[in-house]
Amino acid sequence: MTIPTDAAVKLECRSVWKLFGHHAASVYRVSGGQLSDAQLNEHQLIAGVRDVSLKVHEGESFVIMGLSGSGKSTLVRCMSRLIEPTGGEIVFNGENLLAASDKRMIEVRRHQMGMVFQHLALLPQLSVLANVAFPLEIQGIDRARRERRARELIELVGLGGREAFFPRELSGGQQQRVGIARSLSVEPELWFLDEPFSALDPLIRREMQDEFIRLQSVLRKTIVFITHDFDEAIRLADRIAIMKDGRVVQIGTPEEIVLRPADPYVAAFTHNVAKAKVVRTSALMRPHDGRSTSGRVPATATIAQAAPLFGPEAGALEVVDAAGAIVGLIEREQVVTVLLEG
Amino acid sequence: MALADTTQIARRRLSGGGWWVAWLIAGAAFVALWWFGSGWPVDYPKAAQVPAMRVVGDAMKWLVNEASFGIFSFVDLTRFIAALIEVPYWISSSLLATGLMTTAGSAGVQIFPPVSWIALIGVLGLAGYWAAGWRLAALVVALMAFIALFGQWTAAMVTLASIVIAVPLGVILGLLLGVLSYRAPLVERVITPLLDLMQTVPVFAYLVPVLFLFGFGPTAAIVATIIYAMPPMTRLTVHALRSVPAEIDELGRMVGATPRQRMWRVMIPAAMPGLMIGANQVIMLSLNIVIIASMIGAGGLGFEVLGALRRLDFGVGLEAGFAIVALAIVLDRLSQAVATKLQFQPHRGEDRRSLIARHPYLVASIVLALGCGLLSLVEAGFQTFPAAGQLSTGSFWAELIAWINVNFFTQLEAFKDFLLLNLLIPLKRLLLSLPWLGVVGLVALAGLQLGGWRLMLLTGGLSFLIAATGQWEKAMTTVYLCGIAVAVAALIGIPIGILAAEKRRLWPAVQAMIDTLQTLPSFVYLMPVVMLFRVGDFTAILAVVLYALAPAIRYTAHGLMQVDPTLIEAGRAAGTTRWQLLTKVKLKLAFPEIMLGLNQTIMLALSMLVITALVGTRDLGQEVYIALAKADTGRGIVAGLAIAFIAIIADRLISAGARRTKARLGLK
Repeated sequence: MTIPTDAAVKLECRSVWKLFGHHAASVYRVSGGQLSDAQLNEHQLIAGVRDVSLKVHEGESFVIMGLSGSGKSTLVRCMSRLIEPTGGEIVFNGENLLAASDKRMIEVRRHQMGMVFQHLALLPQLSVLANVAFPLEIQGIDRARRERRARELIELVGLGGREAFFPRELSGGQQQRVGIARSLSVEPELWFLDEPFSALDPLIRREMQDEFIRLQSVLRKTIVFITHDFDEAIRLADRIAIMKDGRVVQIGTPEEIVLRPADPYVAAFTHNVAKAKVVRTSALMRPHDGRSTSGRVPATATIAQAAPLFGPEAGALEVVDAAGAIVGLIEREQVVTVLLEG
Repeated sequence: MALADTTQIARRRLSGGGWWVAWLIAGAAFVALWWFGSGWPVDYPKAAQVPAMRVVGDAMKWLVNEASFGIFSFVDLTRFIAALIEVPYWISSSLLATGLMTTAGSAGVQIFPPVSWIALIGVLGLAGYWAAGWRLAALVVALMAFIALFGQWTAAMVTLASIVIAVPLGVILGLLLGVLSYRAPLVERVITPLLDLMQTVPVFAYLVPVLFLFGFGPTAAIVATIIYAMPPMTRLTVHALRSVPAEIDELGRMVGATPRQRMWRVMIPAAMPGLMIGANQVIMLSLNIVIIASMIGAGGLGFEVLGALRRLDFGVGLEAGFAIVALAIVLDRLSQAVATKLQFQPHRGEDRRSLIARHPYLVASIVLALGCGLLSLVEAGFQTFPAAGQLSTGSFWAELIAWINVNFFTQLEAFKDFLLLNLLIPLKRLLLSLPWLGVVGLVALAGLQLGGWRLMLLTGGLSFLIAATGQWEKAMTTVYLCGIAVAVAALIGIPIGILAAEKRRLWPAVQAMIDTLQTLPSFVYLMPVVMLFRVGDFTAILAVVLYALAPAIRYTAHGLMQVDPTLIEAGRAAGTTRWQLLTKVKLKLAFPEIMLGLNQTIMLALSMLVITALVGTRDLGQEVYIALAKADTGRGIVAGLAIAFIAIIADRLISAGARRTKARLGLK
């Protein structure tokens, strides 16, 4: 996947706080938006989200990764105001959502946001078709139109032929496909996925991740994806934000995080990741010094993909960009070092 | 934080040795007061009594005679509501029971007959087949045929006519109130104690005010039924809405549903299974109350049972009672099946088939009804079940009881006298001699131990109110009757429950038995015991035990069956004998559940006690009953509230105890 850092900002969090406890709002106001651990303790407040600032660009897959209790689910709910943040700004398409009226929020959620839930949240009394059409039904769109749209989406997620089934008659993976289709029915600009695959078996999870990558290659949505699984984050993300105790401890591409973990906490996650499968040649390449090379490798290839190209002899490979222009070279020792690191 | 910490530490310290000391001191003080005390702490002084009866009575008079909203009075409002209910009731009763009449009452001439019995059985059977297949159809047809066969058809239709109005009204009102409580915590805080009272104040107590406000007749009976049967619907609605997974509500918000859409399109459908339990409760409770409702002019099966009780015609009473049970089962199963079917019916798109192809069951039902109607013009047997074909077991039961009386009279009498002289009367004397202040103190202390100072205030306050309104002696008699009945019910019920849980093969049979015991109207139990033991406390206790036995069995069996299987395996692996496994593992873990069963037993016992007033007890129930006969609102309500207070005290103490034990055992 490409990393569109220069694309327009779709969603921005500016110093977002969510505090739980009595008088959270007034304590926050008095503090002027900066509270230390000691202050939180003193007022018996629990911080779900602490001073989070981040930008999600248009068309980007932004993954928020953290262990349970790190505040990632709270943060994603603050973004859509399912949970009311205590302070900060949520700027969506240049509009501060925290200043929006209830009516305006209903409009935004109806037409611009979609969400997939960890525990599916399918309505048990509705068929697959009616579940997928439900968001459109709420908007008052007539049956023929909403069902036509729903059928398209059911086809898209590979459930064609099961329109009349009820959720209880489907497997876990199939149910989550229904959830995905439903969240897409309104053609959202911003797509939230809250641990969508956590409740699935490992094999099905892998399959659904592939399905997700396929969908995203077709749809190119702006995505905020929540997970507690670092490997999943690495697989799916353009950029990752790692959360701990309500704070974002590092934001970066999978490569940056694997190569340069910000602190020991992040390093502990990256420890077991095979760097060769994450790091791309573009991250290691050196300027071309004009020496003879024995082949070419794309800048987007991972080290693991590049390694077999060296063969028994070659000392260095030329790195080329998408247009085929030479942008640098990568040496055998560099690749060996990364591979040996595991 | 600091305060909470210290109280917790204090409690923990007390839960060790501290409570023993507290109870020892309280016990000593109690005994001292009992032996040496005299004057106001022992007998509540008349001068200090709260004139609650007069106040309530006056309030009622004011409500009936003076209360007004300006252009119309309060009674106008209630009579207007009665008139509103009258309309659908008139339709249902014309359709099912009386037929279309020229004028109301017996003077009228029938213009059009009610639905024929064959047609109704057929329609219900078809509904059963449509909703859940032939098994349900067969069950429904068999039960309805049973009602016809035993000559209860007409009475059953009168009852059904008021039930089909009362149940939907109760369900809808209960649902709306539940939704309101769910949305506004303030409403819930106001409504919860009201619901407690509606469920614990005996119906007899509010029959009189209902009569005053809504007039004598079926509509007043329907109002009383709704008051009694609605609370569980409200409670279960709140509970069901709260149990909907948070994500489902979030989904509703995420797709941009308005608050109304969120409630009615997302939450209510998702809460449907819980709501169905509520509707089922409304049906069951409505049928429970039909007899009492028949006292204020509902007629029907309840009237049959009541008449049979007055004549001591056990056979007829039993048959009418079983007809109520049959009706309850039919309504319950059919409503559940139809609701499930409707909920999961996949919608088809445009359907251009003929009317018959689209609605085969509806068309068949109409054809059946009209066909039977026409046939009945030729042959009366199609209209009403022919009298010649009716069965009755009345003489059999009468003879059976007469035979027992002839052959075992002395033994029965000796048994009764022995228990009366050696257990009942001494216990009653003991309870009546206790000083009220001491009892209030002990009840308050129990509240403090089990639930903290809030519970202490509640239990202490309510028991004080009983004394302050001059109900102490009658209340203690109620406690004595109820206490013995509950103890006996527990002694019989808990072992049966254990047996049923240990030998799973027995459980279905036991379950069928207790379901029947609970649905059979309480009045039915009075008849055989009165015929065998004549009126008095002993008879009352026996009837109460029969009625209140079911929950003791049910909760014990449930509690034992729910014990975590891994814990049982762990016990087995540790090499326990069967007996050790039962006593050291299962019963310990099932204890909270058994306590809740006991709690339910107490509730049922208290509600039955009011009915046993008919056989001459001298407790609060009698007080309520006398007030009913004299149409004395104040007296009835105050005595009824006293019963409710006893029920609430027992309920809160036991629930708090069960909760604590559960928490200690680490169960949820």
